[in-house]
Amino acid sequence: MKIVVNGVARTLEVDPQMPLLWALRDHLGVLGPKYGCGVGACGACTVWIGGAPARSCVTALEDVDAPVTTIEGLPAALGAQDLTAVQQAWIDEQVPQCGYCQSGQIMAAAALLRDDPAPSDAAIDEAMSNLCRCGTYPRIRAAIRRAAAMLARASAAGEGAAAPGADQAASETPVAPDAPAAPDAPAAPGAPAAPDAQVAPDAVPSAPGAPAEER
Amino acid sequence: MALGKITRRAFLGLGAVAAGGLALGWWRLTRPWPNPLEDRLGPGDVAFNPYVLIGADGSITVIAPRAEMGQGVSTTLAALVAEELEVGLDQLRVEHGPPAGAYFNEAMLADSQPFAQWDRSWMAEAARAAAAAAGRTLGLQVTGGSSSTVDAFERMRKAGAAARIMLIAAAAERWGAPAHALRAERGRVIDPSSGRALEYGALAEAAARLTPPADPPLKPAGEWRVLGRPARRVDMRAKVTGAPIFGIDVTLPDMLFATVRMAPRPGARARSADLSAARAMAGVRAVVPLDTPMGHGFGVIARDTWTAFRAAAAIEAEWEDTPHPADEEAQFAALARGLEGEGFEMGGAGDAPAAFAAAPPQEVLRAEYRVPFLAHACMEPMNAVAQLAGDRLRIWAPTQAPTLVQEVCGPAVGLSAEDVEVTVTHLGGGFGRRAEADFALYAALLAAHADGRPVKVVWSREEDMTHDAYRPAALARMRAHVRRGEGPLALEMRVAAPPVVKSVLGRTFPSLPAVGPDRPILEGAFDQPGAPLHARFEGVPVDLGVPVGFWRSVGYSFNGFFHQCFMDEIAHAAGLDPIEMRLRMLSGPDFAPARKALEEVARMSGWGDAAPGRGKGVAFTLSFGAWVAQVVEVSARPEGVRVERVWCAADPGLVLDPRNYEAQMTSGIVFGLSAAMMQKITFADGAPEQANFPDFDALRLDRCPQIEVRLLQNAPRMGGGGEPGVPPAAPALGNAIFAATGRRLRSLPFGDAVKFV
Repeated sequence: MKIVVNGVARTLEVDPQMPLLWALRDHLGVLGPKYGCGVGACGACTVWIGGAPARSCVTALEDVDAPVTTIEGLPAALGAQDLTAVQQAWIDEQVPQCGYCQSGQIMAAAALLRDDPAPSDAAIDEAMSNLCRCGTYPRIRAAIRRAAAMLARASAAGEGAAAPGADQAASETPVAPDAPAAPDAPAAPGAPAAPDAQVAPDAVPSAPGAPAEER
Repeated sequence: MALGKITRRAFLGLGAVAAGGLALGWWRLTRPWPNPLEDRLGPGDVAFNPYVLIGADGSITVIAPRAEMGQGVSTTLAALVAEELEVGLDQLRVEHGPPAGAYFNEAMLADSQPFAQWDRSWMAEAARAAAAAAGRTLGLQVTGGSSSTVDAFERMRKAGAAARIMLIAAAAERWGAPAHALRAERGRVIDPSSGRALEYGALAEAAARLTPPADPPLKPAGEWRVLGRPARRVDMRAKVTGAPIFGIDVTLPDMLFATVRMAPRPGARARSADLSAARAMAGVRAVVPLDTPMGHGFGVIARDTWTAFRAAAAIEAEWEDTPHPADEEAQFAALARGLEGEGFEMGGAGDAPAAFAAAPPQEVLRAEYRVPFLAHACMEPMNAVAQLAGDRLRIWAPTQAPTLVQEVCGPAVGLSAEDVEVTVTHLGGGFGRRAEADFALYAALLAAHADGRPVKVVWSREEDMTHDAYRPAALARMRAHVRRGEGPLALEMRVAAPPVVKSVLGRTFPSLPAVGPDRPILEGAFDQPGAPLHARFEGVPVDLGVPVGFWRSVGYSFNGFFHQCFMDEIAHAAGLDPIEMRLRMLSGPDFAPARKALEEVARMSGWGDAAPGRGKGVAFTLSFGAWVAQVVEVSARPEGVRVERVWCAADPGLVLDPRNYEAQMTSGIVFGLSAAMMQKITFADGAPEQANFPDFDALRLDRCPQIEVRLLQNAPRMGGGGEPGVPPAAPALGNAIFAATGRRLRSLPFGDAVKFV
């Protein structure tokens, strides 16, 4: 089997009926798409096939007829230097909680905004069917709106689809819920946001790449 | 140490008994735990205490030893240290760290005593103190009970303060300057008189040789620069780039892949099994019987997960029957029989039986409510990686209880707990499910069949959903003496449910009996503010043979529904406005936070304004130290009921990060509404019937209501955030449906009775 994943041609010696998800995760070391249900019901495994969002857990390898883009390849696919506008908006709105579904959510949202730069609420409802058990939906909706505004600004400025880098974004005013402050504990709406700290990269052993049989 | 193990295990079963500290001898209570970071220091690295590590390269690492399962705990715990250490969150790395007694949780045990949160009587305080002391001594490292920030609030700020004081002292020594003339700022010690400055990294080794301050003073909240305001979470970039941070993403050299196929009926074994088809499948390495107190079945080790899944499906087994009620009807009949007998009481006031005996029958309101079993349905299915090499077991797992993983998995492969190394990954949802140890245990047992290679064991969604430690089904019978124009004069709640603590203990440490009443059966009922003059709360534990566990908000998840919907019924029977009646019942300074939360949610929601075709319902639950009032608005449309909006006023006493706390309330609301609208686990022939999201769904974006949250800080004590958003959601929805349609629904999920659109 040959498939193109994030711009790289890969060869697989596996059952052609294996779902794309498991080929990506167990054989190609591409771990961004997540396993959630195996029946196409939750969307955690969402990737693009030929640019269209697809649920990789119910797509057999033999049916993959176009290049595959996963969350890892999304910035390159959209010509972003670092993060895409959708990813940056996700950070600005502090969308993820556990984060497990967010690769899929972002792949769905990025496809929506590519095809419909100013989606209506109904269009967002239609495109965003992915499950999130943490209930991040209100912030997902807000982040899609924010990303749409970022893209509109970038487009007006003739900068293409690339998102502003994290440095610029960090200077934006964060959205602060209006918590009434106790006299001795000031909640500070409008406090400048610190740039993102990094999660310890060695919290989990990272994928060394493709397993032995493909290397 | 044998004593330590036995007492630690026994304490899990104490439930409501506060004698743990006494049983251990007070002399042990002050014994300091060793610093677990000492074992892993590189040359030049300095561990000031179990929370602060400064590397030879100047890097600052904060250990946040609680499971990050979405609640933002790694960021907020790091902020506690950063505030006092005088560094920015952008200047440090956050790690979970190793499992260790030093990372004990005392707040969770203190909060599990049979007293209401506002009860500060001598007896209640003594019980909390004893439980907290036991928590310190036993060294249980666990994330649960919405306790992490409460537990860490002093300890982790002091850890930061102690390190800062030592770093300043080291600089003072080097410069020959008085320490009080120096200050710390963004990772440096500065001498304002001369302008000279040194990075912490340059001072760390000298500082570590100094004696740590015994009781470092802490900043007053008014001087906070990190806490009390929205922090940018430290895990955001990893989570928007698909970084491999979860247990299911762990990838090791030479790793094998595996799954499990466990008995469909809880507790059953395979009577016979034909494993030949599974074993013959290409890429299958081993099919291994698993027999544990947590379940019986088979594990399959293969070259990849998909092959393991297919082989597991090819196992032909005949499973034992079990003696338990086989379906929903039989289960609820058993719960009803339980209510014919006697249980245990908690809380209460006055003389309710006498009050009911004296009440005119036409003034007694009665109702029966029920809720089903529920699965946790974490987005990331259960999984763990294990490697057994010689006398060392290594486990990588998304777990809420790493020291429990050590204690369960070591003995299972002939080792002691100390021989088990646990790496805690990020959790793709927890909700209490990952306080269980079954997924780690199965991985440990399968690792014994892998010739020393690591094995990643991933459960299919179907295995995950049909082998949960479920939220208990529960049945409540309630009565109230209600007079028109007055609130309830007497209240009685009797609740039958499977006991959670006993169930957890039974499968985790089968040799130890559970003792004491099972608090979850009555929490959310007996401990709510504003009980009538005469009140009685009785819980009846009924074992239905179904494993039950800690499901986000535990007993509050059902008693909040029972109690707050019944309050709504009482208000309507009395001819009173539901909020007005609650406010009347909540007199006195102890209950001021409840009044203010209700008044705030009334204001936010425009409580009195009724739009045509719409209805609003209110609910209030005090849980895990947070006082939470919610109003849900629904519209009754020809095609069904739509949940339009939710307003929430929440008071955890002190808000460390308003944006994150708001996210937790929103999350709890969506979680609670999902369960109330559409979720149930039912049984047929002794086995769960729902196996995947098409049968057990949750709210999606298209039906998620608008949610508005306001945070209050009137409560005198700090509370938690992960769970308290859940309990009011279901009753507020039920009360809103009544307001909009006139239909009083007393059974969850509501979706069985109404269509949601």
